[in-house]
Amino acid sequence: MIAGLFRFKGGIKPETHKNASAGSPIQIAPLPKQLIVPLRQSPRATAECIVVPGQKVLKGERIGLPDSPLSTAVHAPTSGTVVEITPHAMAHASGLQTRCVVIEPDGDERWIDRPTLDYASASPKEALAWLRDHGIVGLGGATFPSHIKAGVDGGIETLILNGAECEPWITCDDRLMRERADGIVAGALILKHLTGAREIVFGVEDNKPQAIEALRTAIHGLSGDITVIPVPSLYPAGGEKQLIRVLTGVEIPHGKLGGDFGVQCFNVGTAYAVNRAINHGEPLVSRVMTVTGNVDKPGNFEVLIGTPVEALLALGQPKPDTGRILMGGPMMGFELPRLDVPATKATNCLIATSPTLFPPPPPEMNCIRCGACAVVCPAELQPFELYWFSRARNFGKAQEYHLFDCIECGCCSYVCPSQIRLVDYYRFAKGEIWAREREKSAADAARERFEFRNERQAREKREKAEKLAAKAAATKAKLAAAPTDAPAAVATDTPAGPDDAKRALIAAALERAKAQKAAVEPKNTDALTPEQAAQVAEADARRAAQAAPDTAADAPESN
Amino acid sequence: MLTAILVMTGIALVLGAALGFAAIFFKVEGDPLVDNIDAILPQTQCGQCGFPGCRPYAEAIANGEADINQCPPGGEEGIRHLADLLGREFKPLDEEHGVEKPKSVAVIDEQTCIGCTLCIQACPVDAIVGAAKQMHTIVEAECTGCELCIAPCPVDCITMEPLKETVKTWKWKYPVIQIKDVA
Repeated sequence: MIAGLFRFKGGIKPETHKNASAGSPIQIAPLPKQLIVPLRQSPRATAECIVVPGQKVLKGERIGLPDSPLSTAVHAPTSGTVVEITPHAMAHASGLQTRCVVIEPDGDERWIDRPTLDYASASPKEALAWLRDHGIVGLGGATFPSHIKAGVDGGIETLILNGAECEPWITCDDRLMRERADGIVAGALILKHLTGAREIVFGVEDNKPQAIEALRTAIHGLSGDITVIPVPSLYPAGGEKQLIRVLTGVEIPHGKLGGDFGVQCFNVGTAYAVNRAINHGEPLVSRVMTVTGNVDKPGNFEVLIGTPVEALLALGQPKPDTGRILMGGPMMGFELPRLDVPATKATNCLIATSPTLFPPPPPEMNCIRCGACAVVCPAELQPFELYWFSRARNFGKAQEYHLFDCIECGCCSYVCPSQIRLVDYYRFAKGEIWAREREKSAADAARERFEFRNERQAREKREKAEKLAAKAAATKAKLAAAPTDAPAAVATDTPAGPDDAKRALIAAALERAKAQKAAVEPKNTDALTPEQAAQVAEADARRAAQAAPDTAADAPESN
Repeated sequence: MLTAILVMTGIALVLGAALGFAAIFFKVEGDPLVDNIDAILPQTQCGQCGFPGCRPYAEAIANGEADINQCPPGGEEGIRHLADLLGREFKPLDEEHGVEKPKSVAVIDEQTCIGCTLCIQACPVDAIVGAAKQMHTIVEAECTGCELCIAPCPVDCITMEPLKETVKTWKWKYPVIQIKDVA
């Protein structure tokens, strides 16, 4: 049981804007004309496609198999026909393409067989494989495979269910907790069983009283150590390390994870998906998303994975002055470069912007070294130093100051009086460092291959020389043993001398060649039909007739 | 007087022995400077520097036989790193040895390839797969873009194609600060 709450350093309190969509119950989004399901699920993993164009698929049928430990299966979000498997722009700041399965829904939403799993009697291995095959990933935004997180070997004391939802505008987890608290709690119990945790703690920001109430009702009467704790609304209280800190007081140091300290954290949406997968046999084919911002009807929708963003946005009815579209929250989300991209398992929110809601950032000014960013940094870094180093491309130094502990929450950019978009610099620096690491490992691989090739060439040369020497020695020995046969005939008209051995070698080789020639017979005249035999005979006769006049003509000259 | 001489001799012997042991036990195999230089070079093994591979060039730099600005694939950044390591002044790339190009990989036009294996023999990193009178192809992931396979090809079926940006290689650009709105 938790006695009191702790707090993490820093944090900000931005305007939440949650009221825009918090009152709207989850609606089922209508089926779009086409669903575009990306096979790439996260920077870490892709799935191997197992369907072909033209194939009929049922809702929940597997279309992608996990091809690496960090990968999970991908499923058809609805029943219909696979139209094509093609590169398509994806929901990524770059707007680049990735391989997607395009499915045309038939409108029936026919499910595939949905066997359930009795997790209490199943082995942990079986249950984890079940999660992987049902495509369960963390729905908080990072899409980390849940079977990896739930599969840490023991040592987990506390299971935290993250319902903080600290980013402004987003209300999908809030609605999920209010409406489907029972499913979340059931999922939490499964995760507790899998991780072997002793207690379950729900962390919900105190600006969601109805959600807290709903969860409390759902856990009422359940045995075991299970509590719902309201945490102060302070961005980014929903960050994993921050929430662990607030609830348990454990500060996760650099390079460690919650699991190392007996705490594992899952999003409430993930818990709900786990429940659907195990107790209902449904793979993860949909999730709840918030469509909000500069729209007439902000709301929360249960959306099939692969629904194009355009179709989703239309559900909210964007106002005419809508500008850029953000995916994710305003703090950590990114601007969509185009709108035909599909929603993914990571998409929790779409925000339509307008010049009044999101005024264009004022021009950046110089850093005045005020230190405001360091005060709010929840990762306890020195953002201004990181900014200087990243800006100067001094990446080594930036890493020394723990650039990679930055969670890109955007608090520093939010408070910067000079309007410096610090996070952009960190993202740039991180990208450059990763690119350098890739180049370095490519260069190392090339060096290794080059050295191996040189070694191989030297070895081949050596082996060839050895083989030749051995062969020469063997022939020499043979000749020495029988020096009187064939070579004698050749040797009659040549004086004996040091060349003898060589001549003998040549003679032996000639002898061998002759024998070989005699041994070789035409092979394609064995099984001939009578007509073919007649043709061959005719050709032979013609050839002989041709040859005869030639010799006749040659004869006088030769005489 | 004698004591002083004995003491000094004793110290000299002890220190000499210590140095002697250190020379044996902490002996450095090879020249670490060459390794450090080699680690900076891009390992394309292209020979544009005038040496048969990256390591020979690294050795030449370490021996003072070659300058630090002869490696086009390493580019300006490579020269800067070398200058930092060796404590020398930065110099622009010597254009005699080539110019910096975007990272590319060789691509074999499989319709034209006659299967002569000449490119396979030329490839310094064994990135070409094929056999005599069989079509050849290049393993893109292993190709360093050294261009050494282009010259030997008798039918000119190898071209260099710049690497396209993928999600794996995409990175955030350097933030551009807008000082004033441009109409």
